[in-house]
Amino acid sequence: MSQMMYWEALRRAHDEELSHDPLVIVMGEDIGIAGGTYKATQGLYDKYGPERVIDTPISENGYTGLGIGASFVGVKPIIEIMSVNFAWLATDQIINTAAKVRYMSGGQLEAPVVIRSPGGTAHQLGAQHSARMEKVFMGIAGLRVVTPSNPRQAYGLLKSAVRCADPVFINEHELMYNMKGEVPDEEFFHPLEGSEVVRQGRDLTLFGYNISVHWCLQAAEVLSKEHGIEAEVVDLYALSPLDREGIKASVSRTHKAIIAEEAEAPVGVGAEVMAIFNEECFFELDAPPIRVSAANVPIPYNHKLEKAAIPSARDVIAAALSLFPGKH
Amino acid sequence: MKVMPGYAQQGVAENDSALLSVTDKKRLLREMLYARRFEERCYEAYVERKIGGFLHLYSGEEACAHGVLEAARPGYDYVMTSYRDHIHAIKCGSDPRKVMAELFAKEGGTCKGRGGSMHIFDVEHRFMGGYALVGGPFPLAAGIAKGIKMKGGDEISICFLGDAANNQGTFHESLNMAKVWDLPVLYVCENNLYGIGTRIDRSTAVQDQYKRAAAYDIPATQVDGQDVEVVYAAAKQAIEHVRSGNGPYFLELMTYRYRGHSMSDSNAYRSKDEERSWLKRDPIHILRNRLIDSQDLTLSEFKDMDKAIIEEIENEVIAYAEQSPEPAVEDLEKYVLAENDPYVHGGAS
Repeated sequence: MSQMMYWEALRRAHDEELSHDPLVIVMGEDIGIAGGTYKATQGLYDKYGPERVIDTPISENGYTGLGIGASFVGVKPIIEIMSVNFAWLATDQIINTAAKVRYMSGGQLEAPVVIRSPGGTAHQLGAQHSARMEKVFMGIAGLRVVTPSNPRQAYGLLKSAVRCADPVFINEHELMYNMKGEVPDEEFFHPLEGSEVVRQGRDLTLFGYNISVHWCLQAAEVLSKEHGIEAEVVDLYALSPLDREGIKASVSRTHKAIIAEEAEAPVGVGAEVMAIFNEECFFELDAPPIRVSAANVPIPYNHKLEKAAIPSARDVIAAALSLFPGKH
Repeated sequence: MKVMPGYAQQGVAENDSALLSVTDKKRLLREMLYARRFEERCYEAYVERKIGGFLHLYSGEEACAHGVLEAARPGYDYVMTSYRDHIHAIKCGSDPRKVMAELFAKEGGTCKGRGGSMHIFDVEHRFMGGYALVGGPFPLAAGIAKGIKMKGGDEISICFLGDAANNQGTFHESLNMAKVWDLPVLYVCENNLYGIGTRIDRSTAVQDQYKRAAAYDIPATQVDGQDVEVVYAAAKQAIEHVRSGNGPYFLELMTYRYRGHSMSDSNAYRSKDEERSWLKRDPIHILRNRLIDSQDLTLSEFKDMDKAIIEEIENEVIAYAEQSPEPAVEDLEKYVLAENDPYVHGGAS
């Protein structure tokens, strides 16, 4: 095990995959000579050259489509879209082509591309640089969506995504690239499906993914120390397909559930998880489950307003306490 | 033919007809006639409700796909196009029976009935698909060219699209990247003068499409798309340019579709005079008359050929499509994701 930052874990995965297979390429804006906005490809241009570590023009739909086309003939592109807000422009090629080509060709063609992009609200970046888009992609058949919450997952999910024959969208977060964590020294491939119990507890389950896993963990500590409530925390690192069995198993242990997401509530991850509660384990619930979500607004520039729009560990704690009326 | 100084090639001289042997010309005539009869039979099958969804027919444009692909290496070079895709697939080597079965939504179709008319794929013959988003294939074809270049092959990537696709952002994004990275891709613009029902001069600032390639420093030519020999000669030069490693090329073919944009189109937006004037330049008649003039073909031979084609389509193509079973409903979710991919569960390491 080594301690490394999230960006370093991504960089290691890129490096290993580029080294493993000469048909792996990396494409994106400023990922080559500049080493990537979040350093995920630092030094790789010098090591692998401009034909494989490709600085693209600012043409998101174009270069994403180009990567998808290359994947039709055996190339394994890792496409970095600098911000998920720009990925809206590439939804045509991601959704209309990558996700559907296997099906509409009757299984003849596949698009094994990886698309990595940071979503999430950082610090005062305004409405057009703060979007969360995972809920759009997780609703598309034919596309896998994963979202690493720590350096180990960032490394292992990218490794598996590159090797997997399906198109995989990796939802990262702008605030998480400098997060430190342990990553095994030996090569490993993280499953692209499933979920992970990251804290055990008998009283309720806090479901999170990506950054909201950390709110849930913080909230669980406070709930334990100050209120004697023991929360289980489940990391939904795979958003499509969601781990129905894992969700059901946890709710069946704790009988109370909260799903925390950084995005707005409508048609979101929380909405989908709530539907799974209903469909899989309604009678296991002792209380109505709760969504902790962002306000349904374009993210404001003003710092106070921005903070008010995005949930935090405090909101998770408040939601949890509302499920235990005697423990306020 | 119009040429543009600095970009267009020399005009295609009259004696270019010598480029193709009489045998080749007669085969091309048969292929184009087959394409016409195939599409017209699709029309009937659509009216009979054997074919569902949207249906976009290629009648009138046969010289484009046949001239270009005759100059290419069908089945070896990678080809993709829009939703008007049946004939490109067949010229690449697809079995017409399987194309028709796909239109009939059958398991025996090229895509097992999952694609339909707008999504013919035949990867074995390197026909990489028909795509239903106008302009969608531009970057995909550039990507295939990137893959060819990485793997060091001498295939090229050929992308056929209509004039209206050039008003999509993907046109500009893709031509730019193709040029910046010197990719072996040939963009063929089948300019049939209409984007769905809107005439080109009402939608497009620059009507000569080949001129737009100049914005990306890509060599381009515009030729008559109704004369298969002219198309062949122009495509031969264009393909040689691309295959020799000189980067992308843009070839504009002036053509016309006889049917509406799709079957749900009444053609009300254009005049009967206009349609008649193009019928006089029918690509099949042009080649037929030339072969008759040179005494390489008689009219009765042509009629016999036509009759044989109609029978072949009925007895083999339609019969196969009719007899092929429908896909099983239990297989509805097949082909959404890869089956048993080990990395889904953490790989084999």
